Amino acid sequence: MSALDELRQLRKGGAQVRKGDNRAAFWFLAPWFAGLLLITVGPVLASFALGFTKYNLIQPPKLIGFDNFARILSDSRLHNALRVTFTYVLVSVPLQLACALGVAILLNRGLRGLAFYRSAFYLPSLLGSSVAIAVLWTQVFGTDGLVNRVLGFFGVEGRGWISDPDTALSTLIVLNVWTFGSPMIIFLAGLRQIPEVYYEAAAIDGASRWARFRRITLPLLSPILFFNLVLQIIHAFQSFTQAFVVSGGTGGPSDSTMFYTLYLYQQGFSRFDMGYASALAWFLLLIIAAFTAINFWAARFWVFYDD
Amino acid sequence: MTTRRLIVPAKHVGLVLIGFVMLYPVLWMVASSLRPGDEIFRSSGLILDGLQTENYTEGWNALTPSFGTYLLNSAVLVLGCIVGNLVSCSMAAYAFARLQFTGKRWWFGIMLGTIMLPIHVIIVPQYVLFSNIGWVNTFLPLIVPKILATDAFFVFLMVQFIRGLPRELDEAARIDGCGHPRIFLRIILPLMTPALATTTIFTFIWTWNDFFSQLIYLTDPDMYTVPVALRSFVDSTVATSWGSQFAMSVVSLLPIFLAFLIGQRYLVKGIATTGGK
Repeated sequence: MSALDELRQLRKGGAQVRKGDNRAAFWFLAPWFAGLLLITVGPVLASFALGFTKYNLIQPPKLIGFDNFARILSDSRLHNALRVTFTYVLVSVPLQLACALGVAILLNRGLRGLAFYRSAFYLPSLLGSSVAIAVLWTQVFGTDGLVNRVLGFFGVEGRGWISDPDTALSTLIVLNVWTFGSPMIIFLAGLRQIPEVYYEAAAIDGASRWARFRRITLPLLSPILFFNLVLQIIHAFQSFTQAFVVSGGTGGPSDSTMFYTLYLYQQGFSRFDMGYASALAWFLLLIIAAFTAINFWAARFWVFYDD
Repeated sequence: MTTRRLIVPAKHVGLVLIGFVMLYPVLWMVASSLRPGDEIFRSSGLILDGLQTENYTEGWNALTPSFGTYLLNSAVLVLGCIVGNLVSCSMAAYAFARLQFTGKRWWFGIMLGTIMLPIHVIIVPQYVLFSNIGWVNTFLPLIVPKILATDAFFVFLMVQFIRGLPRELDEAARIDGCGHPRIFLRIILPLMTPALATTTIFTFIWTWNDFFSQLIYLTDPDMYTVPVALRSFVDSTVATSWGSQFAMSVVSLLPIFLAFLIGQRYLVKGIATTGGK
């Protein structure tokens, strides 16, 4: 059961308190409580407070009211970063999940060599977030890169995919789609849960392949599809390394790979405008929360729960 | 059944083709790192004329200190994070899976919620905190959060695992007079080695790859880890020497590849049972 299902079921059933367990729980959870306070919740609240200040780490924070939040509304570079990030998330996540589901279905049901294929497709998702792969991407999609050489072989004229603002973001989208192995494995685990008899019964009734996919696989897999969608969207919003390395830390060319996180990094850790960076961090949290809430709301129209 | 006889080979052809296209760039990078520098721009194949290791020696010594220092730094950091996660997450998981305490569902819900909290939201005040206590350019800002069980994903993974262990075991131990510390150490912990292995491998790979927080906290070249060093190397060698950049990229990916080979069973199981991250 995934973390999302757990959250969904949290309301159900209440456990009683057992004698002596409160004390034990306090000690077992002591590191976690400390972490929650100092590393997680504390900073979340502190970044809210810092959002109302001007702070460069050297001089003490100065209260400036809603200036940072007003700046969010008028900052056109930020608006561009939002556009870039939304494009990236809304294009790459559906493509990635479509690939993951497609390959998982190909792999399902007793295909020989399953373990080998599964490993081969999964490997990129472990490598994908590394600096090394970003370096490789810089070469592969560069003017003299591998892609252009392959295109040249077929007589197609290439271009500087990364140096051209029109295509730079697409190379990062390709990179994210390339890491479909991790959701693929979750799909594979889900597909294995669907009883074979459903398909046999449908086959006897003369259902076509498409009908079986549409009427059996898709509904029964929808909770897992939903789970992957929520997590991959959150994940994609946080992409940073690839854009940072490919653009040499600038988000260029012409801000075309300026992810929200990269802009936040520049404000906070290049310009040390910690107040504005905190406001940006909170805004990011709101955006991700809004996306997740929309996802949960939309889920009732297409996610099918057996219970 | 004739269609089935055609469909299965067609599936294999398709899958091999997809896999080949996906992995080709990585294989090509490995091949290119073993070619003389100028040849990278000419050869798109995988077959080598001979093994040239000059890219590796050149890349290894390009920065001061050499790449060996960064590998060591990354290894120390990874080790610290693994130990931190194993100890703190298993303790928290035991409490959530086996103890009945006040407000358990609340705390559990909060724990699940923090899995989805992006680091970017907390990084600014966290940095302010750690820089004020002088922890910048040490591994502490990267390891201490792990000691404090902030990688909630692993807590959840272990909770799932412990719930699958038969309760009769700890009930019997309790009747024999065992307290929670002993039940945890003597019964639960030895039985949850698969979950501990999964945690170890994932922590290894994620920490080794993690760039954002290491970039922020480690600014002194002596403290650079592999990803931070690789990035600074790439930035300094403008354009020309792809060979040595590829060579060091391969060096940085090698530990991940080995971890993948050794632990893929645990990786696949870990994602399949918890739904991944």
